[in-house]
Amino acid sequence: MEIKSMQFKANAAGSLANVVLQGNLKNAKGKFVTRRAEAIKDLDDFEGTRDAAEAIRNKVIDNMDLWLEAFERKALDTGAKVLWAKDGAEVCRLVTEIARSHGVTKVTKSKSMLSEEAGLNQALEAAGIQPVETDLGEYILQVDNNEPPSHIIAPAVHKSLDDVADLFHKVHGTPRKTEIPALTREAREVLRGHFLSAEMGLSGGNFLVAETGSVALVTNEGNGRMVTTMPKVHVVITGIEKVIPTLEDLSTLMRLLPRSATGQPISNYFSILTGVKKPEEHDGPEHLYFILVDSGRADVVGGDFHAMLRCIRCGACMNHCPVYQTIGGHAYGWVYPGPMGSVLTPLYAGMENSIDLPHAATLCNQCGIVCPVKIPLPDLLRKLREKQTERGLRPLTERIGLRLWAWVAQRPRLYALGASVGARYLKWLAGDTDRIRLLPTAPEWTLGRDFPAPQGKTFRELYAARRNATPPT
Amino acid sequence: MSSREDILGRVRAGLQRDATNAAAGRAEMAAALSSRSHGPKPAMDSNPQALLERFRVKSEQQSSTVEIVAAESAVPAAVERYLTAMKLPKSAVAWPSLAGLDWAGTGLQVEPRGARDADLVGITGCFCAVAETGTLMMCSSPDTPAAVSLLPETHIAVVQASRILPYMEDAWALARKELGSLPRAVNFISGPSRTGDIEQTIVLGAHGPYRVHLIIVAG
Repeated sequence: MEIKSMQFKANAAGSLANVVLQGNLKNAKGKFVTRRAEAIKDLDDFEGTRDAAEAIRNKVIDNMDLWLEAFERKALDTGAKVLWAKDGAEVCRLVTEIARSHGVTKVTKSKSMLSEEAGLNQALEAAGIQPVETDLGEYILQVDNNEPPSHIIAPAVHKSLDDVADLFHKVHGTPRKTEIPALTREAREVLRGHFLSAEMGLSGGNFLVAETGSVALVTNEGNGRMVTTMPKVHVVITGIEKVIPTLEDLSTLMRLLPRSATGQPISNYFSILTGVKKPEEHDGPEHLYFILVDSGRADVVGGDFHAMLRCIRCGACMNHCPVYQTIGGHAYGWVYPGPMGSVLTPLYAGMENSIDLPHAATLCNQCGIVCPVKIPLPDLLRKLREKQTERGLRPLTERIGLRLWAWVAQRPRLYALGASVGARYLKWLAGDTDRIRLLPTAPEWTLGRDFPAPQGKTFRELYAARRNATPPT
Repeated sequence: MSSREDILGRVRAGLQRDATNAAAGRAEMAAALSSRSHGPKPAMDSNPQALLERFRVKSEQQSSTVEIVAAESAVPAAVERYLTAMKLPKSAVAWPSLAGLDWAGTGLQVEPRGARDADLVGITGCFCAVAETGTLMMCSSPDTPAAVSLLPETHIAVVQASRILPYMEDAWALARKELGSLPRAVNFISGPSRTGDIEQTIVLGAHGPYRVHLIIVAG
């Protein structure tokens, strides 16, 4: 997917000014939050479960090479093929080659964020193979001129019922429906034909189980089951960080993933797929491929952002983020929005391509508190800000300004003088009131709020005056 | 260099892999795979009656409907009653493993085979069930094809009360004991298929069944 994160400020301003989007975001806001808060109540030891989940994920990422080799051995034993892709281009090449080798003309897809990273749909189309998104949200976006998703769990959360009603009326050429069940039924009927006719199904993977060489898929709609049951070929695309040790670990993580994502105690369907269909079986794919994808992940291993590899893609961080709730997912400009996206985008798509993202956070730590695998997201965002400074990626004015400030701050008298002049200037600016409505030196700051006016003297002046007034007893 | 070697090489570099930490890592890996440690689980009364009750309550919370019958021989009549009450067709596809039940005796047309698109009702058993979340565990095989619980608009599942287990962990243990290795598809099913992709409003019957009816055999 093309990265548009450099236009973050303009994107965010556009999102704020978009009345329809603001209405949709306001409508969505809090639903996930309330449902999650309810759902975690049935776990007697929610914090203990988070600790256990963190430990499971650490166990694998701390020895990722060994676990990948172990998973690969098991998967090969089950009759699957295991391929490796360095980047999105290689994912596209491998999937296209697999499709061609099996004479595939149509691919049904269950949701895969990695496929968005790789821009796979465009590559398949270019090769003359029809990709069909089957998750309802992803389908809505695909038929709306391949609009990118704005949320990793609910890709079309920015769209209203009216938007979808108009879209289906236009695309399907059917009478305009205004009820959500009727629209869902319409999509079901269109997609059922695709499920039955596609020669290849493509899915992501929520987890890869090393013990058994299986992929685990968490879904509600049943489309994940369809694309992995009906076609003769199944291709799994997952990041190399997705391995977990045992089936028991899967159970622990499943107590957290659906609760954190949608507030469900368990997703409707949870499928653990191992190997290929036996000749006497009625359904299931005859060929199973795993594509293990790097796309920036390998270089994160062992470094400052290692903890980010624990992420299980639940979306709780964005659901609870005040910035995400206000601007929606598209403003972030790449596949992953919200706090996890503001960490992943610089790491996977380039720090220089996403300068504003680590700053698109209030560091309120709501994301850190709700993360089921306890990723310290605010710390990682702060660390990215440090990296930007180290690499000289901050704007020239900011760099000069900070250097100037450092020079002054190391000269106490000059600093005191500057502070005293500054405080009086601000007081003068406020006039008779106690606030400043427009700061001429930083107009952005007062765009949405007033700046409280200083009382006239600096702290050091007041401190000195008080010390002189009350002699020590 | 192959992509595999390139990727693994960079992962190893990031972990500062050497012979010593590789040996330690392998030992940790072997320990994790053999200990199969469990995380914290919600407390549960595990006497059979309590498990059945919890399974029923949780299943209904997932929008399944539940009927409890005394013996397996009562299943075909229960299916017939349900289909009549719901004004659904009296013909169904069923798992071949259920072919031995007396379907014809209750006037139902039940074909034991894999599912097709036109099938409106699918009847299955289940490998076992999980009381914690009201979940069915389905294991695919020639006699228990996966699509029967997926393609039809109505899914009816027969659950033996004796196979309602407290936790998913218990289901894995049972699968290892009875099946040895995992079948091609293990599907945990918790109610009818659903979506919330339009305005986060939950709609039942996305791509799979619109309704799931559970017949629990208590005997």
